[in-house]
Amino acid sequence: MQKYRKQQNTIKVINKYADIEIKVSREQKYEPIQLISSNIEVVKPGKIPGGKTEIPFEFPLHVKGNKVLYETYHGVFVNIQYTLRCDMKRSLLAKDLTKTCEFMVHCQPQNGKLQPSPVDFTITPETLQNVRERTALPKFMIRGRLDATSCIITQPLTGELTVEMSEVPIKSIELQLVRVETCGCAEGYARDATEIQNIQIAEGAVCHSLPIPIYMVFPRLFTCPTLETTNFKVEFEVNVVIVLHDDHLITENFPLKLCRV
Amino acid sequence: MAAVHWHSRVRRYEAELQGCRLEAVEAGDCHPFKPITVTDSKTRKGGRKGSTSSSSSSSSSTAADPLSSMLDGTDPLSMFAAASASETPALSHSTSAGELGRRRREKEEEVGPDFEPWSAKRGEILGRFTTTEKLSINLFMGSDKGKASSPGSTVSEKVRNRLEELDDMEEGSQREMLNLSQQDYVNRIEELNQSLKEAWSSDQKVKALKIVIQCSKLLSDTSVIQFYPSKFVLITDILDTFGRLVYERILSMCSDASTPPDTFSPDCVNDTAKETCLNWFFKIASIRELVPRLYVEAAILNCNCFLSKSGVQETLPRLTAMIRGIGDPLVAVYARAYLCRVGMAVAPHLKESLNKNFFDLLASFRQTHSDSVQNQLVLQRVEVPVYLTLYSPAIHWILQCVSYRAPEALLTEMMDRCRKLGNNALLLNSVMWAFRAEFVAARATDFIAMIKDCDEAGFPKHLLFGSLGRSLACADPPENERLSILNEAWKVITKVRSPQDYISCAEIWVEFTCRHFTKREVNTVLSDIIKHMTPDRAFEDTYPQLQSVINKILPHFHDFSVLFSMERFLPFLDMFQKDSVRVEVCRSIMEVFIKHQQEPTRDPVILNALLHVCKTMHDSVNALTLDDEKRSISQLINGFIRMVSFGRDFEQQLSFCVEARATFCNLEPVLIQLVHTVNQLAMETRRVMKGSHSRKTGAFVRACAAYSFITIPSLTSIFSRLNLYLLSGQVALANQCLSQADAFFKAAVSLLPEVPRVIGVEGKLRSSEPFLLDFINNFLSTLLVVPDHPEQAVLYLVRGLLNMVQDYTWEEGSDAKVRVYISALPLLAAMSQETYLYSIPKVDSNETLYGSDPKFVAEINKLCETLIGQVLDHLKSLGREEAAGVRKQSSLAFSLFGCLLAHGNLQNNKLNQLAINLWNLSHKHGYCETRTSVRTLEHIKQLGQQPGMAHISDMALRLSLQSRA
Repeated sequence: MQKYRKQQNTIKVINKYADIEIKVSREQKYEPIQLISSNIEVVKPGKIPGGKTEIPFEFPLHVKGNKVLYETYHGVFVNIQYTLRCDMKRSLLAKDLTKTCEFMVHCQPQNGKLQPSPVDFTITPETLQNVRERTALPKFMIRGRLDATSCIITQPLTGELTVEMSEVPIKSIELQLVRVETCGCAEGYARDATEIQNIQIAEGAVCHSLPIPIYMVFPRLFTCPTLETTNFKVEFEVNVVIVLHDDHLITENFPLKLCRV
Repeated sequence: MAAVHWHSRVRRYEAELQGCRLEAVEAGDCHPFKPITVTDSKTRKGGRKGSTSSSSSSSSSTAADPLSSMLDGTDPLSMFAAASASETPALSHSTSAGELGRRRREKEEEVGPDFEPWSAKRGEILGRFTTTEKLSINLFMGSDKGKASSPGSTVSEKVRNRLEELDDMEEGSQREMLNLSQQDYVNRIEELNQSLKEAWSSDQKVKALKIVIQCSKLLSDTSVIQFYPSKFVLITDILDTFGRLVYERILSMCSDASTPPDTFSPDCVNDTAKETCLNWFFKIASIRELVPRLYVEAAILNCNCFLSKSGVQETLPRLTAMIRGIGDPLVAVYARAYLCRVGMAVAPHLKESLNKNFFDLLASFRQTHSDSVQNQLVLQRVEVPVYLTLYSPAIHWILQCVSYRAPEALLTEMMDRCRKLGNNALLLNSVMWAFRAEFVAARATDFIAMIKDCDEAGFPKHLLFGSLGRSLACADPPENERLSILNEAWKVITKVRSPQDYISCAEIWVEFTCRHFTKREVNTVLSDIIKHMTPDRAFEDTYPQLQSVINKILPHFHDFSVLFSMERFLPFLDMFQKDSVRVEVCRSIMEVFIKHQQEPTRDPVILNALLHVCKTMHDSVNALTLDDEKRSISQLINGFIRMVSFGRDFEQQLSFCVEARATFCNLEPVLIQLVHTVNQLAMETRRVMKGSHSRKTGAFVRACAAYSFITIPSLTSIFSRLNLYLLSGQVALANQCLSQADAFFKAAVSLLPEVPRVIGVEGKLRSSEPFLLDFINNFLSTLLVVPDHPEQAVLYLVRGLLNMVQDYTWEEGSDAKVRVYISALPLLAAMSQETYLYSIPKVDSNETLYGSDPKFVAEINKLCETLIGQVLDHLKSLGREEAAGVRKQSSLAFSLFGCLLAHGNLQNNKLNQLAINLWNLSHKHGYCETRTSVRTLEHIKQLGQQPGMAHISDMALRLSLQSRA
């Protein structure tokens, strides 16, 4: 495997004493790429009276150059982060004070309704790919339905799943949320799938032919609307994982498209 | 001092009585006892409802006492009590103390006090599902590695840290505690509960969540399965604590001064609170494992109300569906029970999800017999019947929630669904247990049919009949079916082998039998119970149940002759062979008897049986018995003795008393009661004979006196003895048994020196003096009518008494002796009258014996003089003492003065002078109460105005009131 390394997207907001400097950096190979950088002065030089002083401020997020602002996202290889830094310059004898904090950026929800696109699926030994010895597999039959594969990020992933038959008792059924980060650069591209979270929806030998709900909340920070840019891609998939009592692992993969509506 | 010559005033009691009579006065308008008439109808506000019409016409003097009108209807105290009673169940298992007013009102509508709260079940479950096996707790707690994120770290880092910490518990330091006994286990869980609270209060919210997750994870573990229900109870306690903490925290974040918590809606929750709340939900949504995720989300279910109005409504069905994913049927059913419990507490109006829970339960019910369950049972060596009973608390609870105030149609539907499921015994049991008793009772025959042909599936049928019996005990089945129901049920019950199972079921059915059938059926039931419980002395292990059988029978048989004519009742009692239980049972029998027996009885069956019962109680008394215990037993026996009456057959009554005395010789109060009974008997005889005894009745009353005379000495309480001697003496006198009366009085007199100076009254030591004075005064008044013994000297009883008084060692510095002397004076004065104030019919008092013989009068006067001399000596010696003595002197002098005034002949100059001296003495030091003096003086002046009382008015002039200075 080729070693393409991290691509970082950092947005730094620096609120320096009276100036706010917003930098957007975008970096390839360890160097972040700056998206925004700006400074504003929130208070003119002078004395701050004793006691608690609250200084309101606001500023627009202007993109640097022809770049696009993406949603906050924390991944393994891709990180999109917006930071605000406040500096307080002080007289010669005192040290300057600095405080940094991250803030979230969500895109404006896109207009238009998402058409629900339910997906029905059936898993049997026959539908499986990538099996070494099909004969050694116990018989089972699992039907299910995802209510949508194009999901609204603020709404949970829903659906249901029915174990129609299983020769070997089931140990566990899990939903695995996976992000697929693809980074492209001069040398080619790298595609890495990593698990975000794993939610168990069934434990033990569940009752047959009784639908079990599929329900998963998308975790904040670690998910963002599916993103496709020239340099990198962030996509999401869900795996329905069925673990049988004899430790057979059956996985069915569904690519998801996340968006904010 | 020179001897005072006493002369008693001559009294004409008749004339005095006439003079003292109040004039009859025509009752005026403002008579105090006339009912208050209230014309203002306002006073009746808050009074009884629905009687407003009478309030307008309340000018009539009948109604409208303001006090009573306030009292009837609902009085405020009981209203409070009712209100709090209806609130407690809601609060006790609601997840928050700071409940919202709106919500509470809603709840009151939905959950009334008739809903048995979870807290009531808790203890029962903990007590019932126990184990001796070793338990283990597996906690994967992330150790507190100094992971605290550095202050400058970004949000994402913090979040990552937290999530890592959460993950930590999954891989991280695993703490496993093996080989815990049940008690250790309970303690550990309690420790966890404490550390949860600590973590929360020290702001370690993540740690708190971790603890909760770990605890709820224990619920997916079914090793040592017979302990599972108790484990559930313990762990859901922790979850409730957690839910309450979270709810209160968020509530505190959004409670501004401007929004009182009562008018609470999601709109007025501020963003911070909402964000915090959302955070909790996100955190919980990312819990990997199903069971903890489910439980923890259910625990904070009521936090949904911070986010949206419909939050709870949407979450409940989702969680309900989620439970389908739990494979183990036992874990699933308890999860449902928890969800129902939280649901009932937070949103009792959402019935659908309760029903859904039940239907899901039915749908997955076959799981209970699945292979994996069977394998597990084999592994743990648990038998199927035992396993199935583990479900009962959860299913009972679910059904109780579902059926609470549910319409009939729904219940019928539920029943049909159960039936379709092959009449599963376990379900049927819970249906009978949880549904309204009336509902079950009305279909009792159907239920019996269902029980009969339900597949047993390991669930014991006697439990089913037990549940049915429980319903039938509260509600009545149709009349024509009752007998067949009993027959069918008993047919099964009687076949139960194990005595323990048998009795627990039979005990329940006794109630039904007693309610609807006669003694014949009850007798049959009893004999069946005896038959089952006698082999191998099985009754020894089942006393509580047997006792409850008795307690169920008793309220239904108020007629004890019927009760005891049941052949098997006494043999049944014989099964109680442990003393304490036996006494307990006897006691409850006697309590019922005393409560319900209206008329005295002579029924030999009752008497024999109850005598036996009472004897059992009596025989249980020993040196170690507590006083209270003795007292209550005595009270019960006394109650019985009072209820025994042989009507005109006095002799039999006496012989009953003789027998009772022999039987109950260890209980003093009973002996006292017996003496009273016998005395009453004697007086009753006298009444029947209209005062003149025949030879036969004369002998009988003497026998009564003899009975008392030999009974009294066996008492230890000296005052009981004294009083009974006096009383019995009076009775004997009234019955013309002079020598017996004499003997009683003599015995009383000779007992006087034995009176201790201090006696115990109600556990406290008190001086006996006031009691003794009371007694002596009472005695003195009786002595007036006691004729002198022909062989003894004049007034020998009075003298004897006074001698005893003189020799008695009175308390140091007390003037009780002198007071007795002073009170003896009126007696002596009364004795010297020609006609006595009172006399006993057919008994010649001294008035007739001596006919005011001058010698007799002189004797009396001499006695008086001695007494007065003694008193004056005492007064003198008091005068030598300090202030306290002087005060006493004043009061004694005043009472002697009073006595002289009332009984002495003040025409005699010496006496007159003595009286004046006493008056002056009592006023000398200014300790006299002025008001009394003034009133006395007024009285004297009034007396002086009567004819022939001129000397009194003269005297009045010589009495001076003490000046205020």
